[in-house]
Amino acid sequence: MKVLTANRLTDGAVVWYGADHGWSEAFESVSLASNADETANLEAIGKAACANNEVVDADLIDVSRIEGAIVPNRLRERIRANGPSNLTEPGKQASADFRRPG
Amino acid sequence: MYRYDEFDHAFVKARVAEFTDQVDRRMAGEITEDQFKPLRLMNGVYLQLHAYMLRVAIPYGTLNAAQLRILAHIARKYDKGYGHFTTRQNIQFNWPALSDIPAILTDLASVEMHAIQTSGNCIRNVTADHLAGAAADEIADPRPYAEILRQWSTVHPEFTYLPRKFKIAVTGAARDRAAIQVHDIGLQLTKNESGELGFSVYVGGGQGRTPIIAKKIKDFLPERDLLSYTTAIMRVYNLHGRRDNKYKARIKILVHETGAEEFARQVEAEWAEIRAGELKLPDADIRAIERYFAPPSLPARPDGDSAVKQARLDSRPFGAWLDQNVTTHRDPDYAAVTISLKGIGEVPGDMTDSQMEAVADIAERYGFNEIRVSHEQNLILPHVARADLKSVYDALVEIRLETPNSNLITDIIACPGLDYCALANARSIPVAQDISRRFADLERQRDIGELKLKISGCINACGHHHVGHIGILGVEKKGAELYQVTLGGSGDENTSIGDIIGRGFAPDEITDAIETIVDTYLGLRLDRDERFIDAYRRVGPAAFKQALYGSEAKAA
Ligand code: SF4
Repeated sequence: MKVLTANRLTDGAVVWYGADHGWSEAFESVSLASNADETANLEAIGKAACANNEVVDADLIDVSRIEGAIVPNRLRERIRANGPSNLTEPGKQASADFRRPG
Repeated sequence: MYRYDEFDHAFVKARVAEFTDQVDRRMAGEITEDQFKPLRLMNGVYLQLHAYMLRVAIPYGTLNAAQLRILAHIARKYDKGYGHFTTRQNIQFNWPALSDIPAILTDLASVEMHAIQTSGNCIRNVTADHLAGAAADEIADPRPYAEILRQWSTVHPEFTYLPRKFKIAVTGAARDRAAIQVHDIGLQLTKNESGELGFSVYVGGGQGRTPIIAKKIKDFLPERDLLSYTTAIMRVYNLHGRRDNKYKARIKILVHETGAEEFARQVEAEWAEIRAGELKLPDADIRAIERYFAPPSLPARPDGDSAVKQARLDSRPFGAWLDQNVTTHRDPDYAAVTISLKGIGEVPGDMTDSQMEAVADIAERYGFNEIRVSHEQNLILPHVARADLKSVYDALVEIRLETPNSNLITDIIACPGLDYCALANARSIPVAQDISRRFADLERQRDIGELKLKISGCINACGHHHVGHIGILGVEKKGAELYQVTLGGSGDENTSIGDIIGRGFAPDEITDAIETIVDTYLGLRLDRDERFIDAYRRVGPAAFKQALYGSEAKAA
């Protein structure tokens, strides 16, 4: 299974593509591609979004279903989804309102 | 410190305006990412895992309070309240929006800072000894020469598209605190028999995939010839350096493949052509730049000894900090203070906005407005009266930056690794944090003594693992993180590249492995004065292999 991810052009934020509401920071609503047609479809969407300057570095990544939840296979992608693994206190580091406690 | 002249101001301003326009056009979709990427990289803007990253140049690691306050302001306003000091004496902001970068660069320009040449195949920010101007063993301040090199190399048309990036480091003392032998060019200030100032020139050092120690190609280069000789080196490299293979494009490969002697001959031949020309530095110009770096006038403070003695009696933690983080100054009434950015369990090199502001205040009040960034990811206050040390310590306690671990095992260098870096294979930060917690006990750390532990999240070696007494390299094996350990590296005047000790360790094994190595050292050292690196050089890897791998080691 694959999902489509990229970084948003304006702020670099990690985004995923969901059929319902387009590119979003919410991993939960990501669209899954389970066969060649769906994969090709996502790939085309990624290319188009790069071409119209919505996102950069669009990429299809492998995911698996683990205990009902969709999880990226590679650690790199899990870290992209969850933020840096070292600073966990206030939840996802990538959220706009996170401030490192000082 | 150096003050921009009119030319510098106009140049940086023009560059900000140019890049602002490029960002605007990119956001409006007028230029593609392929067109934009090289432009943003020339201005220090990378795209990392979570966001854009802005790398700001801190030439030769020198900052004043106003500059540190602007960095704090940027961290607070445009980032997530912190910045990361790097092994290149720079700072990286991990979360800026592209749309904010023009405003950030404008703020930086207001305090004579920028992000130019922090990326790309050009001559990068020139690094220098962080104790420049303060060290008791210094022959001369290396920063005027670093500044001359900066002025000469900034957007140098001939050297803007080199085969690969190019790093120059300068040190002013025989004791090398700038790791010059693992730079493309390393310059060591020295004097000849007639007492004239000049440089020993090292070339072709580097870490990364192929770690190589630089070769000395000139014992004494007169200071007036700095630019002509450097130009000659650059020309030989620019002409013969490989452009067909990124992994073989650094000058270290060229020097290695050509042979240092032949390489030096080619440099001399080129130099003979240009040495008498316009690149010859007039003495007046060198002295003019030098004046910018004139040390602050340090009033006599003979009360230091008694003040320190009393404060030590009153406070054991202060005594420990004094022993570990305070360095002898050329003026006996003064000292250089290391502000450790390696609190136990913290991220090496990270600093919050409020900490930056507080350190700016301390530097203004007690440190003659000078702050340095060390390549070991700490900050330095180079000139503090010994009589003020307790006040500085107390102020650092308030912002939790008083960790007394300079040069100890928890003073770990770690690159951002897979928590931020798009090139990473494995995480560095959590490994550093875990080791730091394991060795938190200060008595134990001090018993272990000087130990340089350095961690990189991939073979690019930004965390300098090759020259760590203990080096840790993160790799990816079958989709999982694995940590390879090297022993015996060193990045000083006795530079050595660490030996790979054996098979790698999983994330949950690596801290135990480090502890095994440390315990092995403690068991075999001659006495407390024999540092880890000395003991390793004496006994070699066998005992460590045996301790780590047991019978497995014999089989291998
Ligand atoms: S060593 Fe590798 S992982 Fe670490 S910062 Fe450099 S490129 Fe990134």
